[in-house]
Amino acid sequence: MRFVLLAAAFIAVPALAQKPAKPAPAPHPGAEVYQNICQACHMANALGGEGAGKIPALARNGALEAAGYPIMVVTGGKNAMPWFRGLLTDQQIADVINYVRSNFGNKYKDKVTPAMIAEMGLPAPKGGFREQ
Amino acid sequence: MNWAESGPTRREVLRAIGMMAGTAVLYQAMEVLGHAKETQFAGPPNLQGARPGTKVVVLGAGLAGMLAAYELAKAGYEVQILEYNNRPGGRNWSLYGGDTYTELGGATQKVGFAPGNYLNPGPWRIPYHHRALLHYCKKFGVALEPFIQMNQQALVHSSEAFGGKPMRYRELHADWDGNVAELLSKAIDNRGLDSVMTKEDGDRLRMALREWGALDQDFKYTKNYRASRRRGFERAQGGGVLGEPIPSDPHAFKDILDSGIWRTVAQHMNIDHQHSMFQPVGGMGMIGRGFAKQVEGKIRYNQKVTSISQQGGKVTVTHKDTGTGVTSTTEADYCVCTIPLSVLSQIDVDCSPGLDAAIHAIPYSNSVKVGLEFKRRFWEEEEAIYGGISFTDREINMISYPSGKLHSDGPAVILGAYTFGPASYKFAGMTPEERIARALEQGSVFHPGRYKEEYIGGATVAWSRVPFTLGCCAMWNEETRKEHYQTLVAVDNRLVLAGEHASYVGCWMEGAILSSLDAVTRLHSRALEA
Repeated sequence: MRFVLLAAAFIAVPALAQKPAKPAPAPHPGAEVYQNICQACHMANALGGEGAGKIPALARNGALEAAGYPIMVVTGGKNAMPWFRGLLTDQQIADVINYVRSNFGNKYKDKVTPAMIAEMGLPAPKGGFREQ
Repeated sequence: MNWAESGPTRREVLRAIGMMAGTAVLYQAMEVLGHAKETQFAGPPNLQGARPGTKVVVLGAGLAGMLAAYELAKAGYEVQILEYNNRPGGRNWSLYGGDTYTELGGATQKVGFAPGNYLNPGPWRIPYHHRALLHYCKKFGVALEPFIQMNQQALVHSSEAFGGKPMRYRELHADWDGNVAELLSKAIDNRGLDSVMTKEDGDRLRMALREWGALDQDFKYTKNYRASRRRGFERAQGGGVLGEPIPSDPHAFKDILDSGIWRTVAQHMNIDHQHSMFQPVGGMGMIGRGFAKQVEGKIRYNQKVTSISQQGGKVTVTHKDTGTGVTSTTEADYCVCTIPLSVLSQIDVDCSPGLDAAIHAIPYSNSVKVGLEFKRRFWEEEEAIYGGISFTDREINMISYPSGKLHSDGPAVILGAYTFGPASYKFAGMTPEERIARALEQGSVFHPGRYKEEYIGGATVAWSRVPFTLGCCAMWNEETRKEHYQTLVAVDNRLVLAGEHASYVGCWMEGAILSSLDAVTRLHSRALEA
């Protein structure tokens, strides 16, 4: 979210100043994955929600400190959350973990790589993806 | 509701999240894990002879919970149901005009549909072979009417064919069969099937293909009266001077191939989508209401379960009133727990390590529905589409025309989106307003000049944000079935689980019913043995 606001400001300034624009920074590759997948449950602001059960907030989440934890959860799922291995590429999984770990009040500096997903991630289960 | 055989491909996901040309995902629905059979129902359980004073607490007033309570009370148990919502039915639910719905994240919708109109956010159709559910609908006085699943006058849209123009299901289906028949007949002529059948059988098959595919005397599928009797005429049959029909031109087979029509045809061959299908008169939620009448006075609403203990030779359930915030406990001898695993996995459950592992092992699917209300039934009045479904490869997947109140005046509600898999995450991530706008935009491909113009208002439910389930249905796979299913359904000391998640008819009401009947039958035996 923060990134989107910055990008908008950046584009607006050169137009007013009539100076050659520097190219706008490319959006974080994980942002699109987050918007298209994760925020279905964790919400656009990453605060999650609570009803009969709880959808955990990813914002300011201390459990994200050790990168291995989100790698396990995103690839293998946890409780109600399905696995996303196979649904997303290892690159996309790395991107979205990096995006969440460096946004929404999270400031973890170390980066997750597709190689780490390949090494530490859980394989997708066989035979059965639920649809309605 | 279907099972797909495997996960979506990367290409599908990329398409769904808009990173490749074409944004839609069309899943091929396939049956796995023994679903392609009629369900098991040998009649109601007829439990009798409960020990006087024996108490059962039932968690959840969905169909499984209410049926468990009904059958156990009939057997002589003292039954109390605790329900999180302020209404009965669970996922069996209809949204009507005047209803208010707040999803997780806080977005609230006030539904503005005209009286009698509704959206079924969850189940919306009942196969004829779901005998257990049908039995209880009749027994509990829930009136049913036909649900129109297949309509050959409805439309099929593919962004890959006919320049994105929707075509009549009827034309595509006829042209598919006709072309396949012609090609196969050619293969027989060319001796291409000599290795698999005798000349005599080849000749018989050729004649059969001519009839099946509406081929002409030369075994060609072409523009003529015979083919047009299936695909429709250029000028329909009439009376008087211009009564003679004019045959229509079949589409090029390349376009038919591009259209993916076989997927739609195959979907209707699936036993879960074969005629006859039913729906309750007045909305699917009528089933929940009908069941609730049978357990009147036994349901305590607005109760959020926080723990289930089996210590001290009894079951103790701790629950919090979501209105007053007051925490209380309910004690019983036994417990039937129908809370979805998505929620139950977050509750402190005192059970065997095996059951605990099973409860935590099953993820939940997602799905999004959008209901759109229009000023009038222009699809009926102008296009003679009465019920049924138009299909698209866009994210909304389909639009379904109302099967109820056919041929009537006044506003009516179309199911304007029913998303699966990746598209459902994308839709669920939007605000309700965005979902409705997207559904209106994508669905307008079927009825340009009418869809947006005659739209009144909408409602939408994204199951990943539904407060009482946090998802749609249990997502089993071969490994989890093998490792956890039997443990999940077994009576665990004084506790037994029930619901669609404890069945092989996953995500159907029938699964909840059959699971519930089986659970209470075994719990009753256990109680008599104690």
